[in-house]
Amino acid sequence: MKHLLSTADLSKDEAVLLLDTAAQMAATQSREIKKLPTLRGRTVVNLFFEDSTRTRISFETAAKRLSADVINFSAKGSSVSKGESLKDTALTLHAMGADAVVVRHWASGAPYQLAHAGWLDAGVLNAGDGTHQHPTQALLDAYTIRRHLVGLRGGAGEGVGADLAGLRVAIVGDVLHSRVARANVALLHTLGAEVTLVAPPTLVPVGVETWPCAVSYHLDETLAEFRPDAVMMLRVQRERMSGGAGGFFPSPLEYTRYYGLDARRLARLADHAIVLHPGPMNRGLEISAEAADSDRAVIVEQVANGVAVRMAALYLLMAGEDSAEGNDL
Amino acid sequence: MSLESTTYVLRGARPLGGDAADVVLRDGVIAEITAAGTADTTGAEVVDAAGQVLLPGLVDLHTHLREPGREDAETVASGTRAAAAGGFTAVHAMANTSPVADTAGVVEQVYRLGQEAGWADVHPVGAVTVGLDGERLAELGAMADSAAHVRVFSDDGRCVADPVLMRRALEYVKAFDGVVAQHAQEPRLTEGAQMNEGIVSAEIGLTGWPAVAEEAIIARDVLLAEHVGSRLHVCHLSTAGSVEIVRWAKSRGIDVTAEVTPHHLILTDDLARSYDPTFKVNPPLRTAADVEAVREGLADGTIDIVATDHAPHSREDKDCEWGAAAFGMTGLETALSVVQETMVDTGRLTWSDVARVLSAAPARIGRVDTGPAAQGRPVAVGEPANLTLVDPAARRTVDGGTQVTASGNTPFRGRELPGQVRATFLRGRATVLDGTPVVAGEAVR
Repeated sequence: MKHLLSTADLSKDEAVLLLDTAAQMAATQSREIKKLPTLRGRTVVNLFFEDSTRTRISFETAAKRLSADVINFSAKGSSVSKGESLKDTALTLHAMGADAVVVRHWASGAPYQLAHAGWLDAGVLNAGDGTHQHPTQALLDAYTIRRHLVGLRGGAGEGVGADLAGLRVAIVGDVLHSRVARANVALLHTLGAEVTLVAPPTLVPVGVETWPCAVSYHLDETLAEFRPDAVMMLRVQRERMSGGAGGFFPSPLEYTRYYGLDARRLARLADHAIVLHPGPMNRGLEISAEAADSDRAVIVEQVANGVAVRMAALYLLMAGEDSAEGNDL
Repeated sequence: MSLESTTYVLRGARPLGGDAADVVLRDGVIAEITAAGTADTTGAEVVDAAGQVLLPGLVDLHTHLREPGREDAETVASGTRAAAAGGFTAVHAMANTSPVADTAGVVEQVYRLGQEAGWADVHPVGAVTVGLDGERLAELGAMADSAAHVRVFSDDGRCVADPVLMRRALEYVKAFDGVVAQHAQEPRLTEGAQMNEGIVSAEIGLTGWPAVAEEAIIARDVLLAEHVGSRLHVCHLSTAGSVEIVRWAKSRGIDVTAEVTPHHLILTDDLARSYDPTFKVNPPLRTAADVEAVREGLADGTIDIVATDHAPHSREDKDCEWGAAAFGMTGLETALSVVQETMVDTGRLTWSDVARVLSAAPARIGRVDTGPAAQGRPVAVGEPANLTLVDPAARRTVDGGTQVTASGNTPFRGRELPGQVRATFLRGRATVLDGTPVVAGEAVR
């Protein structure tokens, strides 16, 4: 496993291996001493071209729990705003001997370029690129879904070794601009789950018809007919609401009315169904306080699982490369 | 330009792909066309043209030479040398330079730089609006009356989006038989657009540039041209819908012409999956169905010409994130090969048709087909000796680093293409011999 750029690149076996490794990592996190010596002497660079304190801290925690040295590189701006170019940044990191680069970038495809342009020979882990992909988010979502709906419910412990066959997942909100949605559709499909995207038509991309999922414009209908086992609410960015380049829906109130997960809709979910959200939440917009704070919500647990999943990804990327030669995840 | 005149005998050339002949160039004109092996070669330089196709010198209606302003990417001299290497004897230099070619002063500067360089005739395109800002007309009359004799006006790179301004421009240029060449891109529908909107953009998360943003402007403009009785030229048409609209407009008798670029004849938006900004261009690469539609449109005459939209960019403007990279790709040195591969080798165009779409028709649209520097003329005795010899049997692998253009952003890097320009003549003077640009008889590469 050399890079982790897109969930679309993962085979089912690779995805299950990542989830199983995350389960092993999670098990170590209940010990008094959480730190493992696995990546001692290795250097992980968190290269963030876009602010994301949550994701950066999650990766930083994961790397430190594996005893890696962590360098945080906040590269604001880009070649557009006359900052250092992506290429020079990559050459710099190469010169410093980075073993893995965790990259968050506003431009779709930037991690792909870092991995393939020949500027750098470190492993590249995509921590979110533009409106393209966010593989570790999808992996932690899948991990959380598996733990609750296959493991705990099925009495199979953490669900180790299992995929998500037969489970139904509704992903609700701004699909058009969401890397979380793209990453999840690909991964959930690979793991055998059935996915329905729910969004106003303005927030569904042209070209969605080739995605391995269904699309609905009606949340109530989806909850009633699709009967999802998990409902994943996507964050709605404030700038999508205003006029100009925004104006994707008439008002926040109307959005909430048709696409918000409120107490009424929550009550219509199956007893076992869980509610996910990648955070940060807009309470009162895509999700009400009742839904966010209900015992169906696994949103806080997603954060904890994020550390375990990122430990697994870093481990397989850096320590696992000898044992999985040519297995370019 | 005042060099002593060499007489050339092109031995065994095939005019427009026909039977082999000897073609004699003397005093800037085609002096004689005679049976192969029969021309008198006394005192003449003989060019072995056996098997090579002789075409009129190619005329590009859409070239970015970047000078003044971005001489790091291309100059009039380097761009026209690349043009000669690609078989061109005339290029129309787009107006989006810095300063913008929106005054008689700038167009005359570009025109003179072209004359000094001597590789090909340079016909500056004048901006439609001041600074390409789409707010008020530039002094179109002054540019038309200048030494540069501008007949083609375009805000290329930007669309003349305001319908009233477009109407006025279409009307105004009638006074001097000008034409407005529209870059059809509805700006509000393409804010932040990075690539064709469709299956690939949805998957790879790049903001889409929908076909309708091109088609809506073309539809509006053909109706405006009909209403005011003007002629319209559509730049770099790229979608199946655009072909249909132009076909409809022509069937109604509307005076519209259209161009397609070589890259839209062969490349598709699948290439964006590489996130390699070499493939970032405006209008964007479209789908395979669009490629087929523009080939069909070119074959049936709906699309009048092939124009390169040669858009050189410095390495730093391409060696970056897709979203930060400049739009555009080079094309002068590969255009003829792409047309051969997509249209000639597939049997959809003859070499005679190639002469039409890459020489005669663009010269006529640009109104450079008459007068002492006439281009796009027939290959016939007495006509100006603007000619190119291409070896259609040659195959070559494109290498951005060894091209003549000053920029390396060719989308065909590493790709094998058919056809090689062996020689180019500008009014009887060789600008390319043995496939290499020459100055005063010397290779300069």
